Amino acid sequence: MTRATTVLASLNAGLHAALADERVLVLGEDVLDPYGGAFKVTRGLSSQFPDRVLATPISEAAIVAVATGLALRGFRPVAEIMFGDFLFLAGDQIVNHAAKYRAMFNDKVRVPIVVRAPMGGRRGYGPTHSQSLEKHFLGVPGLWVAAPHPLLDPGALLRQAIAIDDPVLFVENKIGYAEPLQAGASGYETVPLADAQAPFPTVWLKPPRPAECLLLCYGGMTSLAIRAATHLREREQLEVGVVVVSQLSPTPVSHLEAILSEAAPAAVITVEEAPAEGGWGGEIVSSVERIRDLRGFGTVAYRRVGAKNTPIPSARALEDAVLPQVADVVAAALDCF
Amino acid sequence: GQEIAAVAVTAALDRARDCVFSNHRGHGHFLAYCGELFLLLAEIFGRPDGLCGGRGGSQHLQLRNFYSNGVLGGTVGNAVGVALAEKKKRSGAVTCAWLGDGAFGEGAVYEAMNIASLWRLPIVFAIEANGIAQTTLTELQLAGTIAARCAAFEILLEETSGTDFASALAAATRAVDAARAEQRPHAIISHALRLGPHSKGDDTRDPAVLGAARANDPLASLRRDAGAAAETIEREVAALMRGTLAAALAGEAA
Repeated sequence: MTRATTVLASLNAGLHAALADERVLVLGEDVLDPYGGAFKVTRGLSSQFPDRVLATPISEAAIVAVATGLALRGFRPVAEIMFGDFLFLAGDQIVNHAAKYRAMFNDKVRVPIVVRAPMGGRRGYGPTHSQSLEKHFLGVPGLWVAAPHPLLDPGALLRQAIAIDDPVLFVENKIGYAEPLQAGASGYETVPLADAQAPFPTVWLKPPRPAECLLLCYGGMTSLAIRAATHLREREQLEVGVVVVSQLSPTPVSHLEAILSEAAPAAVITVEEAPAEGGWGGEIVSSVERIRDLRGFGTVAYRRVGAKNTPIPSARALEDAVLPQVADVVAAALDCF
Repeated sequence: GQEIAAVAVTAALDRARDCVFSNHRGHGHFLAYCGELFLLLAEIFGRPDGLCGGRGGSQHLQLRNFYSNGVLGGTVGNAVGVALAEKKKRSGAVTCAWLGDGAFGEGAVYEAMNIASLWRLPIVFAIEANGIAQTTLTELQLAGTIAARCAAFEILLEETSGTDFASALAAATRAVDAARAEQRPHAIISHALRLGPHSKGDDTRDPAVLGAARANDPLASLRRDAGAAAETIEREVAALMRGTLAAALAGEAA
């Protein structure tokens, strides 16, 4: 197999490799060849593993329900929800079935399912096919939420999700699929962080001098955050670090502790594609502030960058005005100094 | 009033390998499956030696191949997944999914029935049609018939009495055996009677309706069928209940 060069190719290779384990099944809408899934993540799988790649009806609740039943009986299913926007159709299955069983049955069962969901806009798909709804699934007991990005091997992250014994919501990003993989970013040391409490790795792009400002982001916002950081370093002479989280929930507090043991930033900016209100960034701010308080370093200015709190318009210019841009991140950082 | 379906359907299963997915009113299904009265009572009382250490309680039971959950309809899809798993493993197991007529208001049920039939899965939908969902009569919440809905998915159906054990057992056995042999879903409707309230004191039915239901209590007909043995059986069951209840009450809370 040639080495994957994009997020999409890496995820596809990861699924091919995962299916070598006969307990792994892939199910979802339109996942069979020759179509190979709406975003081609499952391309080639049904040709190679016809018995374990299942095309389903347009029934998101049943896709996750069936995956959960399979998992209870020893399989490790990977369910695809064609657009993350449709995740609420399976929300009861994720929250009240898959995520509950292990705890409410007193640890006697396991539900190792992965629910893959492409999120995000910037393709002109409009209000119901462009959202980033993962924030509504953060903080659900028994549910991991993880998101790949180009700085670490997305296929390996997916295989890690498949190997975990509990349900994982795996949040992909539609425009992120085409992005080339990259080992790091120019001018930064790449510091990976992972531990038992937070097994999905965080990538810390650590600047040469102590960071005055930290940008925290995940998934599809990674490239945008790096562009904003580069701008701030080159044009504004701000020493900016970038923290790319892949474990969205539970919050990887131990990773933040490790980073903040080496940095005492004056500003912390969270960057997410969904409206920031009630979102991921608020959880990060809460954790960072608690660590700051315990460590006793100086006041931090916090800003959350996200989409405007309105449905995402279809027309390109209108969509651009709603979704967060590099300039929004730059402006939020400069507002702190 | 719903004892007949639980006992008849479970008796038709091969409990060494078959799987059961029960619903929010699953005590009878559970006791028919395993008879573990102490584990059930201790669980309901929130004891650490209960079935799930007191974490699940009344609606969330798990033992061996038995599972239940408290959200109506959602368990049916889980049962379909279990049936698919057992078919892929070639275990020969049939999966039994319990649901009531009230659950037929949930869309998830139809997604699950469609897949069960489409993929020819060995599953039996055991439907307790007691004519009332909490306080809402079936005629206020169900258009057409459950039988027609099963037929729409080409799911073969047995309609059974909720009061006659022998015919209920024969129908359940036909359905379970056919699901196993033909590797396709079957359904059993048990026209059951709900003799008591949904939970505590929330039965709003006319006393005359309740009286008529109680006059048809299936336990009374079983008692008649058992003849002289009935008294001994009832004495033994009552003693077992008393002893197990006392033991479960004596435990420490979790």
